[in-house]
Amino acid sequence: MTTNQAGVGAADAAAPVVSAVPAIELDGVVKEYPSHGEVVQAVKGVSLTIAEGEFFSLLGPSGCGKTTTMRMIAGFEDPSRGTVKLHGKDVTDVPPNKRDVNMVFQSYALFPHMNVWENVAFGLRRRKTPEAEIKRRVGEMLEIVDLTGKEKRRPREMSGGQQQRVALARALVNRPRALLLDEPLGALDLKLRQAMQTELKRIQREVGITFVYVTHDQSEALTMSDRIAVMNHGLVEQLAGPREIYERPATAFVAGFIGTSNLLSGQVERVDDGFAVLDLGECGQVLVAGAPQKAGERIEVTVRPEKITISTDRPNGRASAICGQVTDVAYLGTYNSYAVSLSTGVEVTVFQQNALDSSTTAERGDSVWLSWQPQHSYAIGS
Amino acid sequence: MRRLTPYLLILPGGLWLLVFLIVPLVYMASVSTMEGDVVNGFAQTFNFAGYLDAFGAYQTQFLRSAVYGLAGTAIAIALAYPMAYWIAFKGGSRKSTYLLLVLLPFFVSFVLRTVSWKFLLADDGILFEPLKSIGVLPEDFRVLQTTVAVVGGLVYNYLPFMVLPIYVALERVDYRVVEAAYDLYASRVGAFTRIVLPLSLPGLFAGVLMTFVPMTADYVNAAILGGPDNTMIGNIIQQQYLVNNDYPVGAALSFTLMAVMLIGIFAYAKALGTQNVLEAAAR
Repeated sequence: MTTNQAGVGAADAAAPVVSAVPAIELDGVVKEYPSHGEVVQAVKGVSLTIAEGEFFSLLGPSGCGKTTTMRMIAGFEDPSRGTVKLHGKDVTDVPPNKRDVNMVFQSYALFPHMNVWENVAFGLRRRKTPEAEIKRRVGEMLEIVDLTGKEKRRPREMSGGQQQRVALARALVNRPRALLLDEPLGALDLKLRQAMQTELKRIQREVGITFVYVTHDQSEALTMSDRIAVMNHGLVEQLAGPREIYERPATAFVAGFIGTSNLLSGQVERVDDGFAVLDLGECGQVLVAGAPQKAGERIEVTVRPEKITISTDRPNGRASAICGQVTDVAYLGTYNSYAVSLSTGVEVTVFQQNALDSSTTAERGDSVWLSWQPQHSYAIGS
Repeated sequence: MRRLTPYLLILPGGLWLLVFLIVPLVYMASVSTMEGDVVNGFAQTFNFAGYLDAFGAYQTQFLRSAVYGLAGTAIAIALAYPMAYWIAFKGGSRKSTYLLLVLLPFFVSFVLRTVSWKFLLADDGILFEPLKSIGVLPEDFRVLQTTVAVVGGLVYNYLPFMVLPIYVALERVDYRVVEAAYDLYASRVGAFTRIVLPLSLPGLFAGVLMTFVPMTADYVNAAILGGPDNTMIGNIIQQQYLVNNDYPVGAALSFTLMAVMLIGIFAYAKALGTQNVLEAAAR
């Protein structure tokens, strides 16, 4: 699992414009299908509201139900229970060709027998748009995705990145009320993927359309989204902005899936001045802010590796501090990654920025203290 | 050695074709302008009378063969396309079973199958006799020895050759492309005519070639299921060779048939070239 520290802040600032009627509403949506004589629930009851103009991500591992959820919004799957509303209108029984949303498919699904122009014009032609308007809008859209001059190319004559942009243009040219993107960058290499992330975000701002983005790539979701629904086993585990998802994971699953996280468990010894004080059994204590727990209860706490400071002496002041032994050090360019073993056997990961001041550098085998501010550890639900 | 490998690979098949196709063809071309009889032998006289017969005496049979071939091909498309479509898109995990069912008739000899149709369709056979006795069908109702029987037999015998290439083409169509068409406001009919059909045209094209040519040249169906009014050019050629022993006329008719069909196929390919059709569908 990788970490993502960059880009967490920027996305939060661009709060979505909230209009009176939400773009998409899912209410208790369930999708069941028969498999080997049993009923399998791909989606076990998802309710969420996506605002007009929002960049909304459905994030989760493969098989978590994110794609099925999106396909129910598009109309390719009928929900077994629950309703789908687009702009306040119940569209649960409306077929995909009558829904005012368009989709960018994972493998692009471009029409192989048509050139770029014909691919992009397809939707407008089906809606009997006047030819002059088609000409203008397709031209404009190809300009936005930077494909002007490639109108006569066939999909197979284009690179993956170009095909991706054709797929985007083909959907956006119809000015849908919402654009659904199913892992649209999955087939591209890392460099191109990062460039396309910025590109997608720019296009979304430019056209002002609601984007629903399905991905299993947490860094992609954190970078681009206004809000993220983290899904697992057909349920939404947490629905919040990128910063909150990262800083305050609601469940152990979210903490583990988004970035790297350390999971500590222990007994609440006492509640002191609003902080639950966790006794880890050995040297040190962990302070948990805003915890409603009572003394004697066992709780689980997360803390991000980059929030932890390594020192040789026990730090002073009101902070969480625990001791352990460095078992591994990995040099990763911009930071070092330490594996620190606690006396309880739990291994904690710590990231230390490679700043000019290298006084905090620890070696393998060193006994060290790990400390962090109380607000950086949270008690989580199971 | 490595550079020779491709040539070595085509050598056995190439030799086979050379010996069993090219040599007889050249010999037949030569025979077609000979004169003589089986007993005294044939001598090359560059006599083109056999070719004149093709357009004179046997014009009717030529035309009839073309009509039967076209009708049979059209019916085969109508039957095979939905079948191939269903197997490709709705066949699920049983696709290969359905394909095997399509191919099952091939496990019985062509002639034997056609003969069994003769029993089935006989005027007082197991199908019509009971219906006639209870008065559902008139006493003089018949299918055997009519155009319906011959064209029906042709369609029955060559149907798998239409199903298989269409199936292969449809199987290669990525279903997400069809979903993309629905997503872009295409109706079910629109998605079919603009996406599925154009993408399956190469298969349809191959299917037409593989059925029209043998149907038009067929003689077994007309001989077994047809009557005197259903004689096809294949029957005439067979008669010339095996009954009249008039090899030159038989050879001349064969060559005329071949030439006419080649011209027809080229015209068809030209008019319905996949490229053009695809571009028309994109509109």
